[in-house]
Amino acid sequence: MTSVRRRLAIALITIAVTCPSLAIAAPGAGPAAAEHRSITDRSVDWPTWHQWRRVLLLQDYNTRVVLLGTTLLGLAAGAVGNFTLLRKRALMGDALSHATLPGVGLAFVLVTLAGGDGKSLPLLLAGAAVTGMLGLAAILFIRNATRLKEDAALGIVLSVFFGAGVAVLGVAQQMKTGHAAGLEAFIYGKAASMGALDAELIGIAALIAAVVCVLLFKELRLLCFDEAFAGSRGYPVFVLDAVLMILVVMVTLIGLQAVGLILMVALLVVPAAAARFWTERMSTMAAISAAIGAASALVGAAMSALFPRLPSGAMIVLVATCAFLLSMFLGTERGVVVRTVRGRRLRKKIHRDHLLRALYEVLEARAAAEPVAGGEQAAPVTVAELASARSWNPGQLGRLIRFADARGLVRTDHEGRVRLTPEGYRAAVKVTYDHRLWELFLTHYADIAPSQVDRGADAIEHVLDADMIAELESLLPDHEQEKPVPPSLHPTQAAASPATN
Amino acid sequence: MSVTLDGSSTHVDSGNPPDHSTATPLVVRDLTVAYQRKPVLWDVSFELPRGKLVGVIGPNGAGKSTLIKAVLDLVPSASGQVLVFGKPYRKNRHRVGYVPQRESVDWDFPVSAVDVVAMGLYGRIGWCRPVTRKYRQLALAALARVGIAELANRQISHLSGGQQQRTFLARALVQNADLYLMDEPFAAVDAATERAIVEILHELRRAGKTMVVVHHDLQTVPEYFDHVILLNMRVVAAGATRDVFTNENLQKTYGGKLTLLDQAAEAMRREGAPSG
Repeated sequence: MTSVRRRLAIALITIAVTCPSLAIAAPGAGPAAAEHRSITDRSVDWPTWHQWRRVLLLQDYNTRVVLLGTTLLGLAAGAVGNFTLLRKRALMGDALSHATLPGVGLAFVLVTLAGGDGKSLPLLLAGAAVTGMLGLAAILFIRNATRLKEDAALGIVLSVFFGAGVAVLGVAQQMKTGHAAGLEAFIYGKAASMGALDAELIGIAALIAAVVCVLLFKELRLLCFDEAFAGSRGYPVFVLDAVLMILVVMVTLIGLQAVGLILMVALLVVPAAAARFWTERMSTMAAISAAIGAASALVGAAMSALFPRLPSGAMIVLVATCAFLLSMFLGTERGVVVRTVRGRRLRKKIHRDHLLRALYEVLEARAAAEPVAGGEQAAPVTVAELASARSWNPGQLGRLIRFADARGLVRTDHEGRVRLTPEGYRAAVKVTYDHRLWELFLTHYADIAPSQVDRGADAIEHVLDADMIAELESLLPDHEQEKPVPPSLHPTQAAASPATN
Repeated sequence: MSVTLDGSSTHVDSGNPPDHSTATPLVVRDLTVAYQRKPVLWDVSFELPRGKLVGVIGPNGAGKSTLIKAVLDLVPSASGQVLVFGKPYRKNRHRVGYVPQRESVDWDFPVSAVDVVAMGLYGRIGWCRPVTRKYRQLALAALARVGIAELANRQISHLSGGQQQRTFLARALVQNADLYLMDEPFAAVDAATERAIVEILHELRRAGKTMVVVHHDLQTVPEYFDHVILLNMRVVAAGATRDVFTNENLQKTYGGKLTLLDQAAEAMRREGAPSG
């Protein structure tokens, strides 16, 4: 049952991710798109049918390589991001990716000075890794050695390292030897510059990250949920945290080329945040997060291949954002729509219960006055009687009665008077009984004056489940057996103001 | 200053290898813990007898949680010695169950009650292995023991405070430890949960387990605990509840923080129930 729902959710997400990209693509396909109407030099040429086909059918070897590489990257980022989000370290990834820039620049400068190929990706990434780790170390040092909070440490490291990186890149671009142009691709991301070897590197690193996530899933879950308990059980909390950070470093490094260091954090945070709306289970969340990450990277890179002037990083992040927005509204566990529907349902139930209890209390007050006919056989209740039982406005009460009538709980006669059906009577007894149970419980155990109990109990009784009621019943003294409901603790409004007609 | 709780001659002779079955569950000697520049615990010493329910009582900031965390090696101690069944904690970890404070975790976390309980079994399951059906059954049994088996698959934010506390208790129970350290298990729980927890504590005591429980409700202390440790950065008094839980000691522990209301309630209780 759950697995079906899970699969459904994943399928929905995949569709949701692919649809908007097509929708965005459709309307622009007019003849006007062919002209140059650029405001900036980043003008976007609408791809020809031939280009569409080449990209979508993966006809180019290059496209295949790039799409495969970025998809694996997205998968790994989604999986790792799941843990960092739940460990509440999402922004660590941001500081870390910004801290890689000086490393990229320095590696280029040093390698070029040594006469090597300054643009060899492994060397650039090695430099990025070094300064990235330095950035992490700086954050930890500032946090532990001073009384500054983590957000301040993150802000300092992020901006200082990024600034240093921009300065180093400036130096690199003025070097006579070497060819620094293209290094700025690491800032915004340029998936198209990915070669087969790069894709291989990315693929291997992504695979390693994914495997570690699967193997250490249980341990990382414990770390994210309850660090102190993990420590008490002998788990090396520091080592687990370090492993998690190394995963973030790996994913960030392989993402520099396709996504760029400014936007890399989005691929770590957005898929995981989107996944949270679909599930209450961490394993499912990890799978959905990885799926959203992979799909966003794939679609984003494909769009970037179709529109070569749009940076792939931005495209990937925009697609991921679409997935996030869809998840936020349509997510089956925590989505806005589901929550609104649930809230409405609860309010409806509260109103229904109020009506039933008011009806019961009117009948109860009558039976006390003249103990002949009680329960469902009693004479119908007038709207005036109901209106005096609770502060309803007439329109609201009318709607409520029609609603209950439609549900078969009450029957309205031609004069507008209301009578409980047998089913409605049973429901009314239950509602009133639960309500008074709570009142009794609260006065017994919380020392709340009876006159104040009513309002508090109103909210609670609607969320009581059966076993809690049983638990309460066992705590309470027996009431008279012939009455279905123990008497109210305070005079009910129905009894206090008997109907005038 | 060393206080022996039951006054009997149980003590650990460091010369001989301690016998597992008879070694004192917990010995704390001259334990001092400091956060940054501020010392939190000063020269705390006590020994716990086996099979007793021990309450740790003291005002806010007295170091009650810190004491538990120091025993568990979660905070570094500046000096002193902790022996769990005659050995350092890291050697006898499997014999200790820990129930952290309920507020110490994010209950919005995407796990179910049975997932949380299964965390108590991770050590037994081993690294990199999944939680198999067998361990899930153990976790379910522990949830049944605390009376919320039917909530096993509910996400933990949809549990009431009392049910969350029971989940934490089940996670410690599943370890089948000999010494349990519990940090405020009665904090903000409903009356039914409080009674359920007390019942389980009694059950554990009958099985010869030792429990150290951080507690804040002075009124229920004589009813719940065999022994108490009155703590305010140092041990004010420790021993059998009827000997140690006196107005004088409470005054020393709480100082001005013990409100007149508490004192009045305490006095009334004492007059009403001389049996203690």
